[in-house]
Amino acid sequence: MTDIRYLAPSTLDEAVRAFAAASGAARILAGGTDLLVQMRAGIAKPGTIIDIKKIPELTAIEDLGGGAYRIGAAVSGAVLAEHPTFGKAWPGVLEAVNLIGSKQVQGRASPGGNLCNGSPAGDSVPAMVAAGAVVTIQGPNGRRELPVEKVPAGPGRTNLAPGEIVVAFTLPQRPKGSGDAYLRMIPRTEMDIAVVGMGVNLTMEGGVVKAARVGLGAVAPTVLLVEDAAKALIGTKLDDTALEAAAAACRAACKPINDKRGTIAYRIKVAGVLLKRTAAIAARRAGGN
Amino acid sequence: MNDMTNKWIGQRTIRPDGADKVTGRAQYSADFAMPGMIHAKMLRSPHAHARIRGIDTSKAEALPGVKAVVTAKDVVDFPLDKSVMLGIQDMRWMCRNVMAREKALFHGHPVAAVAAINEEVAAAACALIEVDYEVLPHVIEIEDAIKPDAPILHEWNTFEGKPSNIAGTMVLKTGDVEKGFAEADVVIERTFTSRPVHQGYIEPHACTVSYAADGRVTIWSSSQGQFMVRAMTSLLTGVPQSNIRAIPAEIGGGFGAKTIVYLEPIAVLLSKKSGRPVKMVMTREEVQRATGPAPGSLSTVKIGAKKDGSIVAAQGTFYLQAGGLPGSPLRGPVGCSFAAYAIPNVLSVGYDVVSNRSKVAAYRAPGAPLGAFATECVLDEIAEKLGLDPLEMRLKNSAKAGDKAIYGPVFGEVTFKETVESILHHPHYKAPLDKNPAPGVKRGRGVASGFWYNAGGESSVQVNITEDGNVVVTTGHPDVGGSRASIANVVAELLGIDHSRVSVLIGDTMTIGFSNLTGGSRVTFASAMVATASTEKVIGQLKERAGKIWGIDAEAIKWEDGMALPAGDNAGKFPPLSLKELAAKANEMGGPIGTQVQLNTTGADPGFATHCVDVEVDVDLGIVRVLRYTAAQDVGRALHPGYVEGQIQGGVVQGIGWALSEEYLYDKNGRVDNASFLDYRMPVCSDVPMIDPVVIEIPNPKHPQGVRGVGEAPIVPPLAAIANAVHDALGKRFYALPMSPPRVSERLEQP
Repeated sequence: MTDIRYLAPSTLDEAVRAFAAASGAARILAGGTDLLVQMRAGIAKPGTIIDIKKIPELTAIEDLGGGAYRIGAAVSGAVLAEHPTFGKAWPGVLEAVNLIGSKQVQGRASPGGNLCNGSPAGDSVPAMVAAGAVVTIQGPNGRRELPVEKVPAGPGRTNLAPGEIVVAFTLPQRPKGSGDAYLRMIPRTEMDIAVVGMGVNLTMEGGVVKAARVGLGAVAPTVLLVEDAAKALIGTKLDDTALEAAAAACRAACKPINDKRGTIAYRIKVAGVLLKRTAAIAARRAGGN
Repeated sequence: MNDMTNKWIGQRTIRPDGADKVTGRAQYSADFAMPGMIHAKMLRSPHAHARIRGIDTSKAEALPGVKAVVTAKDVVDFPLDKSVMLGIQDMRWMCRNVMAREKALFHGHPVAAVAAINEEVAAAACALIEVDYEVLPHVIEIEDAIKPDAPILHEWNTFEGKPSNIAGTMVLKTGDVEKGFAEADVVIERTFTSRPVHQGYIEPHACTVSYAADGRVTIWSSSQGQFMVRAMTSLLTGVPQSNIRAIPAEIGGGFGAKTIVYLEPIAVLLSKKSGRPVKMVMTREEVQRATGPAPGSLSTVKIGAKKDGSIVAAQGTFYLQAGGLPGSPLRGPVGCSFAAYAIPNVLSVGYDVVSNRSKVAAYRAPGAPLGAFATECVLDEIAEKLGLDPLEMRLKNSAKAGDKAIYGPVFGEVTFKETVESILHHPHYKAPLDKNPAPGVKRGRGVASGFWYNAGGESSVQVNITEDGNVVVTTGHPDVGGSRASIANVVAELLGIDHSRVSVLIGDTMTIGFSNLTGGSRVTFASAMVATASTEKVIGQLKERAGKIWGIDAEAIKWEDGMALPAGDNAGKFPPLSLKELAAKANEMGGPIGTQVQLNTTGADPGFATHCVDVEVDVDLGIVRVLRYTAAQDVGRALHPGYVEGQIQGGVVQGIGWALSEEYLYDKNGRVDNASFLDYRMPVCSDVPMIDPVVIEIPNPKHPQGVRGVGEAPIVPPLAAIANAVHDALGKRFYALPMSPPRVSERLEQP
């Protein structure tokens, strides 16, 4: 019925120009695993679709050395999983990205799309937040960088300015003794959406936590960086008291809603449980490094 | 027939529909198209409960591209004061279910339909239809619907002299329960609730319909009975049955819910008005909102037993959630709950409760799982209290041949004990279970049994010998559980020919005689019986032909290994005549070889099942996972074991979803909030272990191959078996389903 323009530019400049020119009537297509569903449901009715998968920078994975990586926003979960070294440095980020959708969806879905979809339940986002990823954004006014947790603005909304496109995620260098992990609670074993998502990233030295970051999803309008939980872990040996304090911080950070995917009470409880479980996995991985 | 020398019966032959399905060639109901075809959409009520004061379709009709609009005034009306039954369906409710008449009774209830050049125009036209609604207070839950001040759905319906949402009752009684309970050493009474669950078939309802200029109608659609489609469409449109050709498409699951129509009559009316073929396809959301779930339930079961475990009295009260129109499957819980047991005093009562949700449709052993959930959990509690093994307690109380069943008949064979014993002696039941394998992880084991009536009924089967000496079998039943493969096995066995020489297909309403629904676990039972009669007639014809050729009496001829042979030395010496040779000579020796047999079959003995399940509970998150599941059932004779096992496994998995995760969620306006497969949580493959079916074969003496129905009994025990296993793990009983993570978590925090 309605005509839709489909553009597949080969440079970022072209994409930004077209996106800005469409002034709100365009949508960016990475994997399309959210966009096409929304279009089919009649929620999204874009006049123009700008496919960013033909832009080399958006589909590249760059090993920056020392555990640092730059991942193009449109890299699919399946491609990231096949990278020879990424999953060894960032197993938590990889397991989170690989939880988006089904096997088939993994061939398309990308961390950039997962972030820009703006869902507080997006699986890759808490892991990226825990990792301390920085997002490169390009728009009509040039390039800028934002910590990943600053990108979401609320359910279905981001802090991107009109015409801005997410280009890449940069993950920082890994000190020795670092490990990350992601766990989510879903009622099923797969093919589901997180009721709570938890990313934990730790750096350990002699069994003591030197650095920690905690990303918490699906319990507030946006994915949260829970700094109080990190503080509760830093300087400890992850003893029960420290874990309980971090769990309490996670529970305190929750501002969930009752909805079809979970109740307020249940989500708050689960946030604490997952903190302990995820931290244990991250610590084990940190010890193995 | 029923021995180990069988060549085809009992073999896992390649399914006749398999290649088409795995290569995408199979024609499901949405796959048909016709030249000039247009597309139709339903306008559905946005309200859970509203009186329809008027409908103005003029703007929709004026929209370019719109070809026809239909409302309730186009559908044949069945006045409220006179019941017209088609099988178990009352056409008063059917006519109001396919199109709202006086009231919209649930969110998603059709109020009008539009056919247009494409779906987008049809949808745009639906948005232009102006419906004058008087929005009324709604009621969803059973507990609310039976309160004295509840909003009343049907003002004309009274119960005990007052307007009520209780639209029907059913009572079965034997002995004196009060006297029985007085004699009992232990009496336990508990109340249980469960939520409505959808049948969850992958294929949405769809049809393509052509109303030709001469008034003849062709319907392509998937259903559990093309003759049901013909009859209901005829009743709701006024087109005589002889003018309706209902052609069954391949079916992507039905589980009972495709034993009624939703779209076909409306599409016929749209096709008649527009003069064009009309296609109608529901979305998944429409399926979830507006097609039949199984009812929710509110049940109280009281059982009294002696110290030795013998049950002296049982009482059940079952309220079922019918949805917007009456028709809960009361005979499921009322008749099945206590049927496997010899109990001298029983009172079993059911209430059909209407509320503002989609009208229930049949779902595998309709209603029986709800009754078994309550009964089998109370039995578990009694066994625990008496310190008895729950299986030994069931054995002790098993009904026996000659007992009068609470629902009427006197039992012939009762093979319940065999199912209990097979679990009792199964390695699963004997295997040690580590009940606390890790901190925060608890494990438990539970058992439960189930009963289903099974059914016979009308079937027609043609067997025709092709000119080249092969066989075409036509039945009148849509194949939802492997009936084609099973019938091919039976006919190949009887004729003594290679399985590959038998093709089995499903006829339409103009090419095969009347055949009742595929439902009630009846089709393989009935159609194998009729296919046997039909094939035996054909063998009789073949012997006659051989007799003519040899100049001897047909009585002196036997049929073996696909050949006619003289029955003995006295008959004379002749070289055998094969099916191929006889077929080649068919016309010169008397004409085509083939026959149709039509029977109202009887002798379907009931189905019994006993299950054992191990669960693991993640205590901190409240997640219950099924670790191991063993399901024993007497199937009489497994004509095709792969399909029999598949039926048992499928029933169990659906029961697991019912017990643990599936439920409809409503918003405050009475709208379904989770009308998608994402948020209506049916189990996925990784949620369930491989279900281990124990196929017991005690031949049904009333069936030529010994078949008993299989498809329904396996969904009866899982709800209770899992609840009993969760109790074993946690030491707490759950009286409400589903045992979803938030509920389990909440219950664990309670004292």
